[in-house]
Amino acid sequence: MIVADTLVKRFGRHLAVDRVSFTVKRGEVLGFLGPNGAGKSTTMRMLAGCLEPDSGAARLAGYDSSLDRRAAQSHLGYLPEGAPAYPAMTPRGFVRFHLRARGFSGNALREAERRALDLASVGEAAEKPISALSKGYKRRAALAAAIAHDPPILILDEPTDGLDPNQKDGVRALIREMARDKAIIISTHLLDEVEAICTRAMVIADGRLLADETPQGLAALGGAGDIGAAFRTLTRQAHESIQARDTSSPPTGAAQ
Amino acid sequence: MTPLIAVLRRELAAYFETPLAYVFLVVFAVAAPSFAWQVGRLFQTGRADLAPLFDYMPWLLLVLMPALAMRAWAEERDSGTLEMLLASPIPLWAAAGGKFLAAWCVAALAIALTLPMWIAMNYLGDPDNAAIATAYIGTLLLAGGYLALGQALSAVTGNQVVAFVLAVGACFLITIAGLPFVLEALSARLPGAFAEALAELSALARFDSLRRGVLSVEDLVYFFSLIGLGLSLAITLVDTHRGGGR
Repeated sequence: MIVADTLVKRFGRHLAVDRVSFTVKRGEVLGFLGPNGAGKSTTMRMLAGCLEPDSGAARLAGYDSSLDRRAAQSHLGYLPEGAPAYPAMTPRGFVRFHLRARGFSGNALREAERRALDLASVGEAAEKPISALSKGYKRRAALAAAIAHDPPILILDEPTDGLDPNQKDGVRALIREMARDKAIIISTHLLDEVEAICTRAMVIADGRLLADETPQGLAALGGAGDIGAAFRTLTRQAHESIQARDTSSPPTGAAQ
Repeated sequence: MTPLIAVLRRELAAYFETPLAYVFLVVFAVAAPSFAWQVGRLFQTGRADLAPLFDYMPWLLLVLMPALAMRAWAEERDSGTLEMLLASPIPLWAAAGGKFLAAWCVAALAIALTLPMWIAMNYLGDPDNAAIATAYIGTLLLAGGYLALGQALSAVTGNQVVAFVLAVGACFLITIAGLPFVLEALSARLPGAFAEALAELSALARFDSLRRGVLSVEDLVYFFSLIGLGLSLAITLVDTHRGGGR
């Protein structure tokens, strides 16, 4: 359902994503782990079609995210980093806008809207302006918009960031429930989230893919046998190897 | 058309869910007649026409239309919703078109607030209603041109104030291109044909022709081209956010 094929993205001289490849099948929840600036969000943006790769390809449900963008995006529910939403709108209006833009109308629209707001547990906040909501409810409103059209693919950038423990549990349960018939990618800094909901975990640092394992397999890579230790070991090694490479290569102009 | 209508509805709601549209309408409703009465001496001319209103309309529009258009893309960039929009299957032409039509509707509503003056002129005398009608069409088209340019410049930056200033500058340039002192200056420095071509780009000359009651295909083509150009530029600029590497 989701294919990243040797994705490369540069911002100026900074190599943000370096030949990242993976696939996600229906029924899988892939946890994307990495330090800040590792390239997680950039990779997700390329998959979602809002950023074009310099080389390589991203495909959703068989459609290229750059070349056949609208077909690819019609299969996608996307929660961007920070869960942005229009502040003057209510969560209900926000979800309705997403559904209308995808061609929903009449009863189908009302039913999809009700279902999305229920699943995301927006509750009475559905009628309040998003600008007046807490961070947790804002995220739920954006999540409701992402899942409203019941897409087969979900890409969720830090879906539980800013939620309280109860809300986190609710969103995790929702992701587990939706995972049965969807391909899902989530990025997170919460290592316990990987164990709680992910069937696979990938670690990315400095734009490079360092590990692609089951949560148990990833935990085994760390000396202490937990995901946290594995994460620290992998990202430290990657950082040291890049520093070593940078210091060993001659500075630009030295050969002249 | 569905995505365009969805964006149009959302944008209209955004104007009216915040004080923006109401403030804009009140400012326009006060400023337009004030110019006509105080500066244009509407009641001192002794003629039953709306010339004093339309004399100052381009100058009013060149400040107020950028104020309406500045949020189009700058706000999306600033709040991060642009990423959400770029990841949805809404074509950019539909997003730009929906935003433009919503702003144009608000502008049309503002312009419609001056219609009581037209009714008053008919009560006071016997104005040339055909000329007033074409002047209103010209006002609407000029507002559309300014809005499209404003939307294009809103796509340049995430800062609405910068977008506003840039748009006022651009609207000012295409407005003054046809003024006599600009034409004289251009003729003195540029080859004749080039100066004439620049003068042809003037929105003011086109508006003046409509204001006098002349509705020509050329003028309609000019204003719709200006709108098309502005929106195409906006779409191109927004698309560069995808950072196409190939």
